[in-house]
Amino acid sequence: MKSEQPVAVRFVEVSRHFGTIRAVNQVNLDIFDGEFFSLLGPSGSGKTTCLRMIAGFEQPTSGHIYLYGQPVSALPPYERDVNTVFQDYALFPHMTIEQNIGYGLKVKGVPRAERKKRIAEMLDLVRLPDVGKRKPNQLSGGQRQRVALARALINHPRVLLLDEPLGALDLKLRQQMQYELKSIQKQVGITFIYVTHDQEEALTMSDRIAVFNEGGIEQVGTPGEIYESPQTAFVAGFVGTSNIISGDWVERVIGTRDLFSLRPEKIHIYPAGADVPTGCIGLDGLVRDVVYLGVNTRYLVQIDGGGDLIALKQNLDQSSVDIEAVRGQRVRLIWQKDQMRLLAGGG
Amino acid sequence: MLVAKRRSPVRLVSNYLYRHPLLFIMILLLPPLAWFLILYISSLTALLQQSFYSVNRFTMLVEKEFTWQNYEALNEPANRDIIRRTVLMAAAVTITCAILGFFPAFYMARQASYRVKGLLYIGVMIPLWSSYLVRVYSWKLILAKEGVISWFFEKAQMTSVLEWILDRPVIGGNSLSVSTLGLYMVFVYIWLPYTILPIAAALERVPQSLVDASADLGAKPLYSFRTVILPLAFPGVVAGSIFTFSLTLGDYIIPSVIGDSSFYIGSAVSSLQSFNIPMAAAMTTVPLVVMLTYLMIARRLGAFDAL
Repeated sequence: MKSEQPVAVRFVEVSRHFGTIRAVNQVNLDIFDGEFFSLLGPSGSGKTTCLRMIAGFEQPTSGHIYLYGQPVSALPPYERDVNTVFQDYALFPHMTIEQNIGYGLKVKGVPRAERKKRIAEMLDLVRLPDVGKRKPNQLSGGQRQRVALARALINHPRVLLLDEPLGALDLKLRQQMQYELKSIQKQVGITFIYVTHDQEEALTMSDRIAVFNEGGIEQVGTPGEIYESPQTAFVAGFVGTSNIISGDWVERVIGTRDLFSLRPEKIHIYPAGADVPTGCIGLDGLVRDVVYLGVNTRYLVQIDGGGDLIALKQNLDQSSVDIEAVRGQRVRLIWQKDQMRLLAGGG
Repeated sequence: MLVAKRRSPVRLVSNYLYRHPLLFIMILLLPPLAWFLILYISSLTALLQQSFYSVNRFTMLVEKEFTWQNYEALNEPANRDIIRRTVLMAAAVTITCAILGFFPAFYMARQASYRVKGLLYIGVMIPLWSSYLVRVYSWKLILAKEGVISWFFEKAQMTSVLEWILDRPVIGGNSLSVSTLGLYMVFVYIWLPYTILPIAAALERVPQSLVDASADLGAKPLYSFRTVILPLAFPGVVAGSIFTFSLTLGDYIIPSVIGDSSFYIGSAVSSLQSFNIPMAAAMTTVPLVVMLTYLMIARRLGAFDAL
């Protein structure tokens, strides 16, 4: 990220403890203006607590949070210029869709005519022009999702917080909403902070990602950086799949006892005895298992005198029948040496 | 082995019932249904039937001939007074209970910590574990001329205030324990738990995320309370009021212990049944009709969606 962009949200040594549980521990983070920023991590990793602290539903136990340079740790939610799209949408069941979307304006005392105009604009933005008079329980999950988004955006917040907003939708709708969210974000130009446990969703949508684990941030970076150059074993394992490799045979091949990550799709499978090009590593092994995945095939190969490696090969011109024939065969695995990423915490 | 070879009779029966869920439900429902039909519906029918009979003034025997005279008698000034007095009392008690009960219910449901909440629930229910009669009689002592309330007013140099209140017509009397005001206080005390519990349950059902969303959209706590919590908990308040209202409407013990011994529907029925069963039956239909109307209004207000 370019450094001249203003910082929208800044965490300085922020911790949030619940009794003895350290939900968030000493987090430092800068989120820039206009970014689509994802907080990615498994459940219980502290990402939602961080989001709730930005919204003001939780106060940090220690540390400070700044919104556009202003310290907000002590401000209640209704005095912060951020709005939230909740995981369960949290639409008011006793109000119509129009009343739901217009709630924020009504609170602020915006006159009725102006409210009506802006509600209509919002319904257009989320492409739901005809549902204004209905109640939330008359809408499908995807429609409620859009209403929740419209309700949060109508106040023109400086930062929009989204707490796993697509979690309850089925796969197709989810993918469609991912594109829509992204395009709405470009349209309105607001900073989006997006909490998800779905690494694919984070990679698809984000400008940058912070990977959370056990209350702390493991790595911050663009989707490319996170996927291609994971810095810790956790990131390598959580974002996509990785071979986390270490031990005797690594020392034999590389010469050091460090911890490495190697993406399965970077490993090429050749017949036993194939030539190993310069700059590459070649290891022989036995194919213990093959799993046909449609687009590609996953091979589990036991390295001679070492552990297992997972390799992924696209099914360009092999059929599921060809693949079965490889089971139990001896193969040679070859990959470029620089595809192995050194991880922290090895040795 | 995919299918168990040996089939015990128990298993055969349970398999049969598994495949015939309707039969299973019928078996479960039959005893309570029989109870309901025989004891409840039939006694209600008998009651209605009795209300159209009359008592021979000389023999004091029930004459089993159809007549509207009992219902006509309900319209007499004395009986109309009883009905009006009872319904007004029930309404006053219900509204007071709803207002008084809302605050502890709100605290229990939304503010108190887990521990305190448990203690408060027990606290609300403890009175229900002791005898209702004992509690009514202890209130007679509390409200008596020599009781703790008079004592308190005396110590606070406010005996004149108490006397002024007791001098008021309708609600006043010689002492609190023989005044309509005292009766009202005891009713409120006795039925308050039945109001607090459903209201607390309704308040607890309002999801925190809705309150969060309201704050997130800029609403201060009082505004959120007014526009989100209260409308969503209101059906529960109405549901809670059903108990208070119907219990006050039918009670005959409290008016016979506390108050100026004027008749309420319950105490009137209780006294009538010793010499004029048909008239007692006709009187009993009044709370039935009032309650049916009340339930219909409550349903309109969504009270049963919350139960």
